[in-house]
Amino acid sequence: MKILVPVKRVVDYNIKVLVKSDGTGVETAGLKMSMNPFDEIAVEEAIRLREKGVATEVIAVSIGVQQAQDTLRTAMAMGADRSILVLSDESPEPLAVAKVLKALVEREKPDLVFLGKQAIDDDMNATGQMLAGLLGWGQGTFASKVEIADGRAEVSREIDGGTETVSLALPAIITADLRLNEPRYASLPNIMKAKKKPLETIQAADLGVDMTRRLTTVSVAEPATRKAGITVGSVAELVGKLRNEAKVI
Amino acid sequence: MSEREAMEFDVVIVGGGPAGLAAAIRLRQLNPETTVCLIEKGSEIGAHIVSGAVIEPRALEELLPDWLERGAPLKTPVTEEEMYFLTETKGFKIPALDRVMPHLANHGNYVVSLGEVCRWLAEQAEELGVEIYPGFAGAEVLIEQNRVVGVATGDMGIARDGERGPNYQPGMELRAKYTLFAEGCRGSLTKQVMEHYNLRKGVDPQTYGLGIKEVWEIPAENHRPGLVVHSFGWPLDDKTYGGAWLYHFGENLVSYGFVTGLDYENTWLSPFDEMQRTKLHPVFRKHFEGGRRLIYGARALSEGGLQSIPRLTFPGGALLGDSAGFLNTPKIKGTHTAMKSGMLAAEAVIDALKTDRAEPASYTGLVRKSWLYDELKTARNVRPAFARWGAKLGALYAGFDAMVLRGKAPWTLHFKHADNETLQPASLSTPIAYPKPDNKVTFDKLSSVFLSNTNHEEDQPVHLKVRSVDLWKTVNWDVFRAPESRYCPAGVYETADADSNPHLVINAQNCVHCKTCDIKDPTQNIDWCTPEGGGGPNYPAGM
Amino acid sequence: MTVLVLVETEAGQIRQASRSAITAATKLGDVHALVVGDAAGADEAAALTAKVPGVAKVLKAGADVLAHELAEPVADLIVSLAEGYSHIVAASTAVGKNILPRAAALLDVQPIPDVVGIVDADTFVRPIYAGNALATVKSSDAKKVLTVRATSFEPAPAEGGSAPVEAVNAAVQDTVSRFVSAQTPTSDRPELEAARVIVSGGRGLGSAENFNALLEPLADKLGAAIGASRVAVDSGYAPNDFQVGQTGKIVAPELYIAVGISGAIQHLAGMKDSKVIVAINKDAEAPILQVADYALVGDLFQIVPELTKDL
Repeated sequence: MKILVPVKRVVDYNIKVLVKSDGTGVETAGLKMSMNPFDEIAVEEAIRLREKGVATEVIAVSIGVQQAQDTLRTAMAMGADRSILVLSDESPEPLAVAKVLKALVEREKPDLVFLGKQAIDDDMNATGQMLAGLLGWGQGTFASKVEIADGRAEVSREIDGGTETVSLALPAIITADLRLNEPRYASLPNIMKAKKKPLETIQAADLGVDMTRRLTTVSVAEPATRKAGITVGSVAELVGKLRNEAKVI
Repeated sequence: MSEREAMEFDVVIVGGGPAGLAAAIRLRQLNPETTVCLIEKGSEIGAHIVSGAVIEPRALEELLPDWLERGAPLKTPVTEEEMYFLTETKGFKIPALDRVMPHLANHGNYVVSLGEVCRWLAEQAEELGVEIYPGFAGAEVLIEQNRVVGVATGDMGIARDGERGPNYQPGMELRAKYTLFAEGCRGSLTKQVMEHYNLRKGVDPQTYGLGIKEVWEIPAENHRPGLVVHSFGWPLDDKTYGGAWLYHFGENLVSYGFVTGLDYENTWLSPFDEMQRTKLHPVFRKHFEGGRRLIYGARALSEGGLQSIPRLTFPGGALLGDSAGFLNTPKIKGTHTAMKSGMLAAEAVIDALKTDRAEPASYTGLVRKSWLYDELKTARNVRPAFARWGAKLGALYAGFDAMVLRGKAPWTLHFKHADNETLQPASLSTPIAYPKPDNKVTFDKLSSVFLSNTNHEEDQPVHLKVRSVDLWKTVNWDVFRAPESRYCPAGVYETADADSNPHLVINAQNCVHCKTCDIKDPTQNIDWCTPEGGGGPNYPAGM
Repeated sequence: MTVLVLVETEAGQIRQASRSAITAATKLGDVHALVVGDAAGADEAAALTAKVPGVAKVLKAGADVLAHELAEPVADLIVSLAEGYSHIVAASTAVGKNILPRAAALLDVQPIPDVVGIVDADTFVRPIYAGNALATVKSSDAKKVLTVRATSFEPAPAEGGSAPVEAVNAAVQDTVSRFVSAQTPTSDRPELEAARVIVSGGRGLGSAENFNALLEPLADKLGAAIGASRVAVDSGYAPNDFQVGQTGKIVAPELYIAVGISGAIQHLAGMKDSKVIVAINKDAEAPILQVADYALVGDLFQIVPELTKDL
């Protein structure tokens, strides 16, 4: 069984981004870029499935600029067997990404596409669901536990106030949530070895996918900062305020 | 230990700053067959680089003469220069700067983000075939039969209690015929090597400064690209060496920072607060109006100069750049000297490789014959003069040295004390009242550290090792009232329960890797060790 | 313009988040509410939804395949009904986020998730970079598919309306997925990230014993989760997974009570989106007071037990 793992190159989660002073976007030039943390979890889970003998090959794929190959090298240092870079100019929208991935799925014929539940830059949380829709496959989003058996995937999903388990016929789409696993480090020896693993580059245009954006960014602003409230004099006053003014208890 | 994987190279370089990268580039230029591996503890090249920076392109010119065509990020030539002596309310501009303080004449130099320069140098190095691995800290020097045979990277995934966590990965041995230490000021492996080979024998103690820096974005109408401002005097007292810088560069950016000589005596002094309050001085304040602060960072620098440079080579390797102490203090520049030292070390290593000598000893001679040595020799008496006679007389001496002696004084002034020996007890020090942050121009420590994007994996042993907790109580607290809580620019050290049961709390996660605690602790009770690779600040481009 | 809103029900009630979605939808046009479930569930949900003021019509889809709001059949259902609607809206819940992007893909639309503001029929405000920036985006799609953040829109009242209910063709299939089971946590203590109320402790508590002795009764009383500052975790007062902050968990409960937390900016980054923040601290200058809606300055060892008693 083959697993395809799409990975996105995003501003590192340790970096606090700043809104450009002209309000046209977020300053990303010169910032440290890393693999989207949810994608790391997806890569880890795919590798574990291969290590358990469930999967035979893990293929990482990224869509974006040339430097996204660093992200793919990281995925291969973690254990992915090979990778595919689909070159495109700007950061494409989930709809276009899902279409590119659909084209790759038709070429590679994986039994499972394992994605992160969302990217920490645009916070869209959509690509996995959209790819599942385009392919007509079952989807196990926000996965906190995955078991593969008898041609099906049993996925425990994080839902509001608990978890639910669904059973999906393979091939299927799974998106990883935070608690699924703790990804391994890409060790130095493995980073060195990953340099020799195959990385194929193709042009998005060659896949015949229309990458035109549907959303245009009108402006980007910093969120309003919180203002200091009031100092209350006693516990009784606090309880009164919480009950009658804030109405949260 | 046998479970560690090993890899062999001709040369391993520890540290991806200007010295290490220049050495790497030179090695491959001189012999493209040389296998060169460079490791860097920051999450990427540039992530731990803090510098003003006005750089002199001299060494770069020699290393990569076509740097302009290659798109080096030297975009802002120095256009105007101002040097001020400050009193609390006034600033006196030093006239005829290029004659009185010729070492500060900056025409022909560039205001840069050194982090960006290093990122660019790393691209050049990789193009030449250097293998660069950021995110891996050199944790251990490998010494066999009294020869350095490489370094080992730190284990990853060790839990806080020292046990192996679920994601444990052993470190890796990077073995090399020659290992070059380019860790910057007060490198943790350099320290071990110096001790093992007794490299500091017969030289003055190193003296240090702590540079704390902010990058601001200011309104375009106030931006004067290429403006370079320096100050000395207020707010430091006459006995304390230091001053501020302010450079306009790039796209509406301002680099502002403050260096405090770590031989300061007053235990109540807080370099961070000196940096903050200097912004309120009329000479500086106007530059910040309507701007916003983008980045914060700090790093110690070596100020000792020629007298404090240790023996540079040992069997199996050499010390480069600020790890050796090649900074030109009166010039406040170390990038060109660091790069030059790296290039000379590369030559020596190529030479030693040919004859298979253990020690690349020709490095020392190459340094002596180069402009690097001449420059440091000329500058050698300025910093010690400040240490001896204070800021005003020191400045006078510096002028005399420059205009009359032209750096050719027949004498050499020496440093008598290491920086950890200069602190005065709390009872003999005058408390300093620093103004509260206004959150417009001045800020508190923690919101500052926030802008350094600092993080360390939480579940790992504390990388700031206090040798004796008792010693902290009897010396640091009882005598000096916890100076580390003031000199640390990242709020790592705090005293908890000061009223009842004072004890030291170490917020290791905040550490910006400046190394000041390793330098200034009165009894050298704090040992700065490398944390898990990739930890520490993540300075963005612009820093 | 007519807007189709996917409404979720839970334990015999319309989820509050769905009532917020209805409010958002009324800003865009007439609201048709879609309820799904098995036959009985859909009936019940339809009756409840019909009473929500602002709903012009309820579309009821009852079928066994829809019982568990699985994305595969519900997305197909939405697509089959999409004709004639300018916007398709759901709350940004686990259900809404699971279903709507799938439906959007089938409609060849780029969805707009987590809307916090509506500028006009094509233009919406949504957070990016974990809320560190707000982007205003304009869609060129003919039909818009959006999920909305419940906290940004007042929920529509549960009672007061009387919309007509229309049964729709629910003949959708699901051959690829199957519901197995649902698990709700056995612990009474909610999880940090999902809690409505969080009681969080810092260094001011002084010890692990105090941390538990003071915060647990308060949290029990409020049905709250317990959090901690990094210093409290570092000092061993609380386990690692309690940590709220930039490097711990990012939370946004309705009520966040910070006890003995000074409010380092790294902590504030993890809880500043809470609806109401209460700070209990002996230091009137503590940074947490700059973001607190209600601050009580004093000895937490007296205040917290008193508060626990008074609630």
